[in-house]
Amino acid sequence: MKKIFSQCGEFMIFLGAVAGAVPELFRRRTRRWREFFYYAELCGFQSLPIVIMLCFLMGVVLGIQGAIQMRKVGTEIFMVDLIGFSVLKELGPLMVAIIATGRAGSAFAAEIGTMKVNEELSALRTMGSDPAGFLVLPKLCAMVISLPLLSVCGDAAGILGGMCVGVSVLEIPVAAYWLRTVDVLNIAALTGGLVKSAVYAILITLAGCYCGFTSSGDAQGVGRGATRAVVMSIFLVVISDAVMTLLFSFIGW
Amino acid sequence: MDVPQKNIIPAVEVRDLAIGYGDRIVLEKLNFTIDPGEVVCIMGGSGCGKSTLLKHIIGLYQPLKGDIFIRGESMVNAAGERKKALMRSLGVTYQGGALFGWMSVAENVEFPLREYTELTAAERRERVQEKLALVGLEKFGSFMPAELSGGMCKRAGLARALALEPDLLFFDEPSAGLDPLSSAGLDKLILDLRERTGATIVVVTHELDSVFTIGDRALMLDRERRTLVADGKPAELIKEYAGSWVGDFLSRNGTANR
Repeated sequence: MKKIFSQCGEFMIFLGAVAGAVPELFRRRTRRWREFFYYAELCGFQSLPIVIMLCFLMGVVLGIQGAIQMRKVGTEIFMVDLIGFSVLKELGPLMVAIIATGRAGSAFAAEIGTMKVNEELSALRTMGSDPAGFLVLPKLCAMVISLPLLSVCGDAAGILGGMCVGVSVLEIPVAAYWLRTVDVLNIAALTGGLVKSAVYAILITLAGCYCGFTSSGDAQGVGRGATRAVVMSIFLVVISDAVMTLLFSFIGW
Repeated sequence: MDVPQKNIIPAVEVRDLAIGYGDRIVLEKLNFTIDPGEVVCIMGGSGCGKSTLLKHIIGLYQPLKGDIFIRGESMVNAAGERKKALMRSLGVTYQGGALFGWMSVAENVEFPLREYTELTAAERRERVQEKLALVGLEKFGSFMPAELSGGMCKRAGLARALALEPDLLFFDEPSAGLDPLSSAGLDKLILDLRERTGATIVVVTHELDSVFTIGDRALMLDRERRTLVADGKPAELIKEYAGSWVGDFLSRNGTANR
């Protein structure tokens, strides 16, 4: 119990350091475009194929399961609603978050942990730089921008996957499926999912970097830090998903 | 009343310092000064806390007790931007060079210039070339750190530490992991630097050859007594402490049983 409290305290200190460095974003000298694009490519662009593939399959699976149930009551066309809303509001952002956890969260922890082993963090500090600003902010910005974009692609792939099932198994005409999709889905569902996605991005980045900074400074510590980052990210993502879903349903988003 | 102060301000002054982790004291009752222009070697057996002491002096850790003054200014009590500026005024070379892996060697050396000076890109390039030439790496600017040998990484790290032209330089185990020839080359480089820049240099090492070649003074730390046990010219320390652990250590006497 004491350990949990001290860890929470450490995390708060880390958050404070990151928050304190935010003004760096508004100074030209400390705006790090190069790092930003590097991480945007690494976490965003390079994840695109796997996001599209997994979300498409998710749509297919959901479609098949939905089709079985819908057929029982003869309401096949509502499958469109089922797929559309669940992909946009939940599955798209969640799949993207899980992929980002594995790809980016663990990589952040390992990278910062290795820098700690090599005394690069000490070197940064003796050069009067703030490791939190220098190492966390570019990653944070890259993730907050690329995860929602990935989610949009994932959403599209998921709906397409559902459509394949609807058209082939339930024999709904493509046009009918498409019209129904356009008809029922709204901007609120999409933006709600994107907001979730941005929140996941923040949590995954913070968890990854935190685990890197607090790793034990040896080779084993780097590995443990990466593992911890994945567990912590998934935990935070699921908790925040529950909280946001409740919140959004209250305010009718 | 208005007598001008003749005393020079020491480059580093350590007063009644106690350092350690949590409750465990590693070193205590440390008192010494390092004058401007001196080359001082901090020595001691493995695990006696010499690197830890260095990290306290350069401001990475807070001591348990006591104070550290850099050019008369307290490192322990400095905070915020003042502390950052004070830390920045020191050049520190780490054991493995501590180069940033995603930047080329030249970009590594340029990093502090880009962050903290108003130099133009051309001026920065010139300064980077100058510093790389100083450590003999002028042809390796475009290399990535992973493509360099251990000794080259250390020298590149030194070039980066020199970028802001500090008058106070710290080396953490410069000869660790190097063959005797490279190690001697690094010693020569350190002497060269002193000659050219007149900087004060503090070297943490257990390499006896280095101590006798470069050290104006040696500070011996003892793990058992957890404090500074000898302070003086290396050659004189051998005579002065003949027969004791310090003398044995310096003269590489096999009876030193620690």
